[in-house]
Amino acid sequence: MNSEVAAFFSPGDFLAILPEMVIAGMACLLLLVDIAVPRTKKCVVPALAVLSVAVAAWFSYELAGSGVSAFSGMFVLDGYSDFFKLIFYIVAVFAILVSLRYIRTEEIDLGEYYVLLLFSLSGMMIMASGTDLLTIYLGLELASLPVYALVGFLQKSRKSNEAAMKYIILGAFSSAILLYGISLIYGLTGTTQLAAISAALVTGDVNGPLFTLAVIMLVAGFGFKVAGFPFHMWAPDAYEGAPTPITAFMAAGPKAAAFAVIMRVFLEGLYPAYDSWQMAIAAVAVGSMVVGNITAILQTSIKRMLAFSSVGHAGYALLGLVAGSEEGMASVMFYLFVYAFMNLGIFGIVIMMRKDSQSGDQISHYTGLGKSNRLTALAMLIFLFSLAGIPPTAGFIAKFYVFMALINKGMVGLAVIAALMSAVAAYYYIRIVMLMYMREPEKEFALASSRGLLCVLIIALAAVVALGVYPGYFIDLARYAAFPL
Amino acid sequence: MVPVTWYIALSAVLFMIGAAGVLTRRNVIVVLMSIELMLNSVNINFMAFSYMLGDMTGQIFTVFTITVAAAEVAVALGILIALVRSNKTFNVDEIDALKG
Repeated sequence: MNSEVAAFFSPGDFLAILPEMVIAGMACLLLLVDIAVPRTKKCVVPALAVLSVAVAAWFSYELAGSGVSAFSGMFVLDGYSDFFKLIFYIVAVFAILVSLRYIRTEEIDLGEYYVLLLFSLSGMMIMASGTDLLTIYLGLELASLPVYALVGFLQKSRKSNEAAMKYIILGAFSSAILLYGISLIYGLTGTTQLAAISAALVTGDVNGPLFTLAVIMLVAGFGFKVAGFPFHMWAPDAYEGAPTPITAFMAAGPKAAAFAVIMRVFLEGLYPAYDSWQMAIAAVAVGSMVVGNITAILQTSIKRMLAFSSVGHAGYALLGLVAGSEEGMASVMFYLFVYAFMNLGIFGIVIMMRKDSQSGDQISHYTGLGKSNRLTALAMLIFLFSLAGIPPTAGFIAKFYVFMALINKGMVGLAVIAALMSAVAAYYYIRIVMLMYMREPEKEFALASSRGLLCVLIIALAAVVALGVYPGYFIDLARYAAFPL
Repeated sequence: MVPVTWYIALSAVLFMIGAAGVLTRRNVIVVLMSIELMLNSVNINFMAFSYMLGDMTGQIFTVFTITVAAAEVAVALGILIALVRSNKTFNVDEIDALKG
């Protein structure tokens, strides 16, 4: 290697991206494995996919806490990125496990399905570690592109194709807006590295209309990725049309990754300009909570309802960012950690309801579930309570810490709006509980359970209850992982 | 010499044309072309700033943007083919199985 190249990166830098390389490399290899193995032995592909996630997780564990900054400050391994990678590994493994039976039912049992999931996972990991707008943008696209394809994976379904088309057009549109914002930031500060942007904002005089425009474009671009109001229009359609395991994956994985990036960009890069973006983010947060929760009441499809509920949850999580403190950051991280479990859990049950001709998509399909399938209904009840934020579940603790972060910064008004909106949210969650327990079932339920799915449900249920009763360890972990402001 | 502000103005105009195209055009292919226009306006921005600052980062960013845009269009056209097979239309107003 000649000396000029060596100045930009050293061979040691590749050690820092070892987990990403394992995932991306295995994804490429699995494409070949899929062709090589006979049709009857197709379970090899998901097994290898889970194994590669496990290997990557082990490497991440070994590298954790090293605090390495690689590739001239474009990529970092800190507690913050480790915490988010933990969420992504869990979400990816869960998504693979809940898919096993579902994709056979839907007759889309192709190896590419898992390959695309792994590629998306590697993109999310790069997003969490990126400390340069270039790395962040590349990670964002690498995480999104496979998901566009996965949303349209039900090739024969009109809804699925349509959802994918809407998703990719709005996704590309938002990427263009985001890029325009990035280009303005680059023009104003002369750099794309977050630390250098922050330094330029402190020393230089970079206020003015162009900077405001750049901030608005960044908020809009990232707002699309987390499905915050008024950039949430794609979410209900994409969530409804996509195969259900992909809906679960989208709502927990790429969304958490987008939050990782938002917090990194706004709290590390643009923190000196806190006053100029705080109002914009607060407006998106309040809009998401109000519109998401109120529109969710009107839905008849459970996937659409959960889509609007996830818009609302994005609003709560954004409030932690508005607080602009380390405590706020830690509360968002804990929120996303909890949300991953309750989200995968509730979608796990929706996936279970999909059998033969029964779609399980409508809320009315759950009428009387409590009378015939007690355990399933009880699990659903706990996930719904957690989503609504009712103690002693994890959802309550997560909301509580976000509200505490707001109140400690003196933003009581926002906390009151958020609390009121949780009350609205409780209405449509508990309506499903009513349907399950207070009505007689119309017909026999056929549940498509499988070992993978049950495994996910049990772990998610245990996590939701355990994090609600004993949250201390993970809250400390999130506090420790939050980067200093 | 052409001042940098001209490039920025050109890019802003291109971006607006692209955004207007995405929001108003009814043909999916034209919508995709409009998105391409928005991405290219970003590239002009990056190149102009890179030249103004005497810094290579903007040019490197442009190379990556072009690459990603190509990948994005490949996926979008793949999805479009599947959509046209099931829907037999290019018009976004007739693609309406999902609403609520």
